[in-house]
Amino acid sequence: MSWWTPQLAAILWGMFQALVILLGAVLLGAALTVVERRLLGLWQDRYGPNRVGPFGTLQLVADMIKIFFKEDWVPPFADRPLFVLAPIIAFASLLLSFVIIPITPGWGVADMHIGLLFFLAMAGINVYAVLLGGWASGNKYALLGAMRASAQTLSYEVFMGLSLMGVVAMAGSFNLRDIVNAQEGFWYIIPQFFGFATFLIAGIAVTHRHPFDQPEAEQELADGYHVEYSGMKFGLFFIGEYVGMVLVSALIVTLFFGGWHGPWLPPILWFALKTGFFLMLFILLRASLPRPRYDRVMSFGWKVCLPLTLINLLATGAVMLLVAS
Amino acid sequence: MELAFYLSGLVAVLATVGVITGTSPVHAVVYLIVSLIAVALVFFALGAPFAGALEIIVYAGAIMVLFVFVVMMLNLRPDAEYDQILSHPRYWAGPTLLVLVLLGALVALVSQGGLEKVIDGELLTARSVALTLFGPWLIVVELAAILLLAALVTASHVGRRSNPLRKLRSPPNAPSSPDRGGNS
Repeated sequence: MSWWTPQLAAILWGMFQALVILLGAVLLGAALTVVERRLLGLWQDRYGPNRVGPFGTLQLVADMIKIFFKEDWVPPFADRPLFVLAPIIAFASLLLSFVIIPITPGWGVADMHIGLLFFLAMAGINVYAVLLGGWASGNKYALLGAMRASAQTLSYEVFMGLSLMGVVAMAGSFNLRDIVNAQEGFWYIIPQFFGFATFLIAGIAVTHRHPFDQPEAEQELADGYHVEYSGMKFGLFFIGEYVGMVLVSALIVTLFFGGWHGPWLPPILWFALKTGFFLMLFILLRASLPRPRYDRVMSFGWKVCLPLTLINLLATGAVMLLVAS
Repeated sequence: MELAFYLSGLVAVLATVGVITGTSPVHAVVYLIVSLIAVALVFFALGAPFAGALEIIVYAGAIMVLFVFVVMMLNLRPDAEYDQILSHPRYWAGPTLLVLVLLGALVALVSQGGLEKVIDGELLTARSVALTLFGPWLIVVELAAILLLAALVTASHVGRRSNPLRKLRSPPNAPSSPDRGGNS
């Protein structure tokens, strides 16, 4: 056993962790599609999918079989390379962001010191999925959806980055593990409440979740940018949205709610509970809120959220300087 | 680190060739995005992940989105005729000559600077970048900030709904012509 060195063991353990986190994120995203429909049913006084298996739990399997065996059709008027590329970007960019999230003191994929910037970069790349998918479809509804999506995502990414800078300034690091460690016993939700509120809004907008789903509004755009997609290509867009939801929930927990910190329970359970709470919040928002008009969404982003994050950052800096002096 | 540097450098060069030779405008822009991401990877390989991340966030994530946006709106299709005109030596001989001069200067500079320097992947943190920017280069940062502020004020003035410049240009009581648009 001369080849079995501690170094190799560490590498294998790291790979195992990465694999478990990857599969966990994807499976959670897939399972959420069914959980969301059941919960929407509950909150809107109807049944939801409850036929397949006990309480509809096997609906996920049925959906998977259906989506895998559907014809994977590329329209003849579509721009083939970009049409194929777009769902890959949609899925991969959000999934890659999971590498920066520390789940427990021992678990997490990468420990980069630019952590948070990596997430912002991946969110920036994610815009292209919608943009290229909408354009390559050669369909005017898809193009309109892509237009709305890119304008909305650009506007909301501006203050998404700014809303996190208060946290970064307080923790003194972009590294998420440092940020979680700095929150021991004192969660950043208290001093950074406005940062949390604006990040939550921006997170919903960037993942195109209701009530910021104008890019894919069924009533106006017949599903927007992914109207021409079918089979597993549509599946990647669809699961990608839920993966994005899991990602934003996990980030909110890590940045504002102390990550794995909490009394009595083991760290992994605290992380799962907090993330689950925010996932439920996402679904509840969809179940209860109407969709605002598109120009209202844009002016809300630029005229309310952006100034709020700037003032928040200014106030955070001033208070930190006052405390330090 | 060295392998990553050369690989991403190669990707950057190839993608940039793709930008120039491509006939479809949207494909060219996508190649440019790939090139920018490859340059960001070069920064990562050189031990400057902060610059690399900012390159992706600012260039690939924000500026190029606007490029794609505009090219998408223009509905440009691959144009064979235009391509034929451009392949005439009259159009590319001059620029090629100038670029060759620049290439010669670059090669001369690089070969002069000594080749014994290796890429060791020394890490440059965000903290050290910030301390440099807000230490010795504070004046430059402030000047850039003032420039951006001026651009912002100008943009918000030009894009105003009731633009006084428009009223000055057109005579009063003139019927509104369609090319002046509404409130854009």
